[in-house]
Amino acid sequence: MSAEIKYITEPHPITGVSNAKLGIWLFLASEVMLFGALFSTYILLRVGSNHWPHGWEELNVPLATINTVVLIASSVTMVMAWASVKLNQFGKFRMYLGLTVLLALTFLVIKFFEYRPKFDHHQVWLHDGTSMRGHLTEDDDEQDYILFTRDADKEHPDVHHEAEKIERERIFRHSSFGPGHSNFFGTYFTMTGLHGLHIIGGVIVNTWLLFPGAVMFRTNRERFAGRIECAGLYWHFVDLVWIFLFPSLYLL
Amino acid sequence: MSHDDHHHGHSHGSAHAHGDHHHELGFWQKYVFSVDHKVIGIQYAVTALVFLFFGFTLMMLMRYQLAYPKGTFPSFFAKIFGAANMPGGTMLPEFYNQLGAMHGTIMVFLGVVPLAVGGFGNFVLPLQIGAPDMAFPRLNMASYWVFFVGGVVMLFSFFVTGGAAQSGWTSYPPLSNIAPFGQTLWLIGMVFLITSSLLGSVNFIVTTVQLRAEGLSFFRLPFFVWAQFVTAFLLLLAFPPLEAAGVLQLMDRVAGTSFFMPEGLVVGNRMVEVAGEGNPLLWQHLFWFLAHPEVYVLILPAMGIVGEVIAINTRKPLWGYRLVVYSVIFLGFMSFIVWAHHMFMTGMGTTMSAFFQTTTMIISIPSVIILTAFVISLFGASIRYTVPMMFALAFLPMFAIGGLTGLPLGLTAADIHLHDTYYVIGHFHYVVAPGTLMGLFAGVYHWFPKATGRKMNDMLGKLHFWGTLIFLNGAFLPMFWIGMAGVSRRLYDQTKYFHGDAVQDLTVLSSWSVWLLGIAQIPFIINFFASMRVGKKVSDNPWAATTLEWAAPSPPPHGNFAVVPVVYRGPYEYSVPGAASDFSPQFVAKA
Repeated sequence: MSAEIKYITEPHPITGVSNAKLGIWLFLASEVMLFGALFSTYILLRVGSNHWPHGWEELNVPLATINTVVLIASSVTMVMAWASVKLNQFGKFRMYLGLTVLLALTFLVIKFFEYRPKFDHHQVWLHDGTSMRGHLTEDDDEQDYILFTRDADKEHPDVHHEAEKIERERIFRHSSFGPGHSNFFGTYFTMTGLHGLHIIGGVIVNTWLLFPGAVMFRTNRERFAGRIECAGLYWHFVDLVWIFLFPSLYLL
Repeated sequence: MSHDDHHHGHSHGSAHAHGDHHHELGFWQKYVFSVDHKVIGIQYAVTALVFLFFGFTLMMLMRYQLAYPKGTFPSFFAKIFGAANMPGGTMLPEFYNQLGAMHGTIMVFLGVVPLAVGGFGNFVLPLQIGAPDMAFPRLNMASYWVFFVGGVVMLFSFFVTGGAAQSGWTSYPPLSNIAPFGQTLWLIGMVFLITSSLLGSVNFIVTTVQLRAEGLSFFRLPFFVWAQFVTAFLLLLAFPPLEAAGVLQLMDRVAGTSFFMPEGLVVGNRMVEVAGEGNPLLWQHLFWFLAHPEVYVLILPAMGIVGEVIAINTRKPLWGYRLVVYSVIFLGFMSFIVWAHHMFMTGMGTTMSAFFQTTTMIISIPSVIILTAFVISLFGASIRYTVPMMFALAFLPMFAIGGLTGLPLGLTAADIHLHDTYYVIGHFHYVVAPGTLMGLFAGVYHWFPKATGRKMNDMLGKLHFWGTLIFLNGAFLPMFWIGMAGVSRRLYDQTKYFHGDAVQDLTVLSSWSVWLLGIAQIPFIINFFASMRVGKKVSDNPWAATTLEWAAPSPPPHGNFAVVPVVYRGPYEYSVPGAASDFSPQFVAKA
């Protein structure tokens, strides 16, 4: 007596899409609003800032470029995975979706190596208005000074500095190049971090579709193709966000 | 899809499996982790009613402090809240601020929206469009449980060091950035609630677009469905910027960023050691980008309910149905470009103010059209004064007061005097409490027979209605005078100021009304629970209504309709000349 929910697999005759496909597009619309708000924040803070560095001065552009290539490649393999389902080639589907997951993990590993040095590198701002960059050699709360090793000058890259004592009373604040360093790094870490969480979400979904979810390939291939397509739409969106993040944060 | 296909799909075993499934469901699957939209709707509604009452008790405590700032609380309360909040029976200002912030948060995000959208939307919308369930039943369940976790996080925040959030429901930085730990929990709770409403809104839109019964075109949809449909778009597109803002504030509090921290901020005579250069106004923009559409999220479902109840109880078609539908769409669109009228006093500049003042004046037009259409619908009708109809009728003038008192706030010049005073509190409570809540109560009485197969008691209902109507007005009407006298909405003790002391009598009147309003809810609570067991049993269509939900059995089984409904006409064909009865249901073929 209970009727079934319609248009789970087959498209609605008027809208031309299945429920899931309409749903994922609506979800992506809300994601656009989420990242839209963050990009607006970035623009507003940058425009209102006194000193906002160029991205390429502070960030690792080569690694980000490699990551861009990795993500674009993963979008291609994602489409190939979908096409393989449509062509009823299970082996190829496994290979392409597996590659997509691997490329996503590669992206995350590269991201990790991009993040890590930022937390080792420090800047110290003194009360006299000057600041210096380098590495925190010793920061013992018991002592009234810190030991700080300055970076080499750009003009004399061979000259290495010795660790020097800086009295705490001279210091206004010191910070690693983490999110608290400045609004530039705050936006950088928040936006790429949130994007990274989306990548992790995609990895989880795709891994599920690759192993336990793949049972549906045999039981209901049309519906499975729909699932891969929705996962793909999401994945391309995550890719697209990076295509906006890369120039905004690294190149401008 | 052809008829044959449909039958094929139907007999394809899964209908059978469905039936088996239905019998095997245990208690947990049937009532707790249910995927049935009706159970989820009821879960939402009951949870939301509990939260509404809880949020209301917070306010009853605050009203005691406001009415008797020099006195002490009875020892009973001092014992409950302990020395940390109420030493010697005196409410600490910090505790007062917690109550205020959490009252607003709970009422809006855990009370009214879950009741109006999660409760009524979930229960009624699929029935009214003739669908067996929502498009994504499991997502629907997830939406409820994510909401539930968000609510638990919010409640839990009362018990951590420093107490719950205390920077107002708007959580303006930099104050909220340096507030105790409760604020962090507030932000985490909000992320849960936002996620929940995102899942819900996707589900509502897809269900409405894809799963309407055969013959049910968009302009045959009941107005309630239209209201929910527009509301879902508001939730879908307006909430994410608040999620972004929540993430940014969380980063400010946890990771030491300074998105909302200005340079040179001094707290407790010490310069705050952050990078600075942040923008506190940015939070306000992102917050109100959500929170203004949120106002329409609060009011539109109630308008939808009132439209249904009026059409049924006037036994006439809703006047200007298409006009009302176009208005609600226009209203939804405009609600995205009025947000900064909450920020006239922030110094954002006169050009911005002029723009938002203009859009604010424009958005009042569709609201007036809808309200006028409802009033015209009453004209010349022989009205049935049922309990839901009384609530629906009271909605009209109450919402009108709420709406009209908003106009001076939307004008930049008048706002200078009224901004952040009790006038604002009076204005939006008239919209949300005597307005929306009246509509929602109408909905509870109206659809209770569908959910339970029994009617709520009329006598208790009328008692509830009159008590609520009188004391709501007693609570909020004085606030216009208190506000015009210049009393700030955040004051802990207004008698410290000459202008506040002068209107203290009105504050006392308001407080007493609030407590009596609490007592006036007792008949409702008794009625609600007792009627489930001993209420008068009624037929499937006790109100003699035309829309599809009344074609289903009461209460509808899993899967809703015994026969898949087909729609033959518009939603409000009452008293059609020449028809056999005074209502021609959508699901009955033309003779």
